[in-house]
Amino acid sequence: MAPFTLIAIAVATAVFLVIREPNIEYLFVAGYTIVQYIVLATAWNILGGYTGYVNFGSAAFFAMGAYSTVALVTFGNEIDELVPESLAPIFHLIFPLSIPTLIVIGGVVSGIVGFGMGYLTLRLRGAFFAIATLAMAVVLQTLVVNWEFVGGSGGAYIVRPGEFPGLGSYMQYLFALMLALAVLAIVTARAIERSRLGYGFAAIRDDELAAEASGVPTLRLKLVATTISGALMGMAGAPFPYYIGYLQPQSAFGLEYAVNSIAMPMIGGTMSWVGPLVGTLLLGTLQQVANVTISSAVNLLLVGLLLIGFVIVAPNGIVGLVQDRLRARRAK
Amino acid sequence: MDVSLDLLIGAIVAGLLLGGFYAAVTAGISISFGMLDIVNIAHPGFIILGSYIAYIINIQFGVDPMIVSVVMLPVFYLLGTVIYQVYYLSFEKRGQESLRGLAFFFGVLFVTEVVLLLAFGVDYRYVEAPYIGPSLHFGPIDLPLRMLVPCLAALTMFTALQIFISRTFTGRAVLAVSQDQFALQLMAVDPVRIKRIAFGISIATASIAGALLVIIQPVEPSVGREYIGRVFAICVLGGLGSLPGTLIAAMLLGVVESITATFYGPSWAPAIAFGFLLLTLAFRPSGLLGR
Repeated sequence: MAPFTLIAIAVATAVFLVIREPNIEYLFVAGYTIVQYIVLATAWNILGGYTGYVNFGSAAFFAMGAYSTVALVTFGNEIDELVPESLAPIFHLIFPLSIPTLIVIGGVVSGIVGFGMGYLTLRLRGAFFAIATLAMAVVLQTLVVNWEFVGGSGGAYIVRPGEFPGLGSYMQYLFALMLALAVLAIVTARAIERSRLGYGFAAIRDDELAAEASGVPTLRLKLVATTISGALMGMAGAPFPYYIGYLQPQSAFGLEYAVNSIAMPMIGGTMSWVGPLVGTLLLGTLQQVANVTISSAVNLLLVGLLLIGFVIVAPNGIVGLVQDRLRARRAK
Repeated sequence: MDVSLDLLIGAIVAGLLLGGFYAAVTAGISISFGMLDIVNIAHPGFIILGSYIAYIINIQFGVDPMIVSVVMLPVFYLLGTVIYQVYYLSFEKRGQESLRGLAFFFGVLFVTEVVLLLAFGVDYRYVEAPYIGPSLHFGPIDLPLRMLVPCLAALTMFTALQIFISRTFTGRAVLAVSQDQFALQLMAVDPVRIKRIAFGISIATASIAGALLVIIQPVEPSVGREYIGRVFAICVLGGLGSLPGTLIAAMLLGVVESITATFYGPSWAPAIAFGFLLLTLAFRPSGLLGR
């Protein structure tokens, strides 16, 4: 295993052990949200930051993951009513699915959606893709609201087991899973950056026409980016119903996911994997504090204003600011 | 068959009225996105802002929402020119409009929505006017005035815009900017100034569209989001930069949505716009009347 992967795993383990020490359940609840945003922001950045294609539908990809979990859990609970009796024992062997399995399935579902969206819109100018993702979020929400099997507009309850054997509370288990996903996302993002794939992405971002002319298979690369990015967002969404316990379309498709997964990389810096991580840690922590001390609406306003401010004043985010500062010092 | 035929005709008429209103909502996008190549996804946010202004003044002073919107036109125009100036200096001039410019407008949309939310809460707001309520009847066809009046107002605004674009010097310069900015510069016209004026006008249409929206349906801050898919679908389907195309596409979408709502239920309406958008992008990206 590459040294970076080992370091990332070590850091994640250390974070887990440190948070576990005071044994306050709230730390896991708050930490889960922040780490979940690390996954979302990193996933958004693989498409948005590396290739320059803006995805406004992060919430939809996230919700696809969450709702595939709801659908499969509901199916698992109602096997006897839904499946012919002769087949039921086979299904009982498979269900209930473990959360890691659900994460993989959520990733596959959202990856396929990302691929399909990309295939239809990525051959056109970047703006069309952005608009299509925006519209897609509205439509998928309409579909879910109309789909009674997963609770419709009323929402669905998912029973969270109290304990996870050998680890303690179930929230700890979910937090550990999300940390593992964050490691996966960051390692993937960094590996892409340093590979031929990453250079292809950068060529698309800087000048798509020139890239195409130089033989970069732009459409194929863009499709790879949308699929990976969508899949990671779906994976982040899959454990969400267990975390929240009661999933409504409004919460799964919440605008705060779309805004945060754009604002965090933009504020941190979009050029490398460090940006989304820095942006998330900063904004995520700020929001957790603001949520408790002020109100959640004010905290969203704060995110929006920060986003506008950063794209105008510091186009390369915090990482860009720091790099400029270092360069200036070296020049002296 | 008689009943369903009546139903169908009723749905088509309702759809045409709705389509006229959609044309007003899309006019601004048709100018900013279609002609100036500025992906102003915040446009629905400005429309909602227009709705709330019409609502406040209507409730406080009893002024007709459409009169309010006309009075507010210069304010919205000014707002538009300021936003364009920020956009130009921060993104367009530096060639960063694709990624950061989009994020900027997304931020603006979001902030508008949250500010309205903080100020007015999530309650639905509506206005009072003499034409809300009564209907005209022609045999089996109902013409509710609350749909007819906005539709006529929208068509008037649309005609005015089309005359402005095709007849006046500035209007033609806007078209020229959309075709070849450099050539316009050679004609001694400042393209940035023309774009600023055009963007101001596009935001000004949001004032009127907002008033029409609050006449047609009660509004709350997040209603704008439902219109994002619709306006861009109409704009793309009509052909970028073509006002007549926008009008035809708006009517078409209105009719199809109305028929779907009548026969399958209104909850599927947003999916129609998205279907239109995807089909257009997949089969005819240049739209009905596109260049």
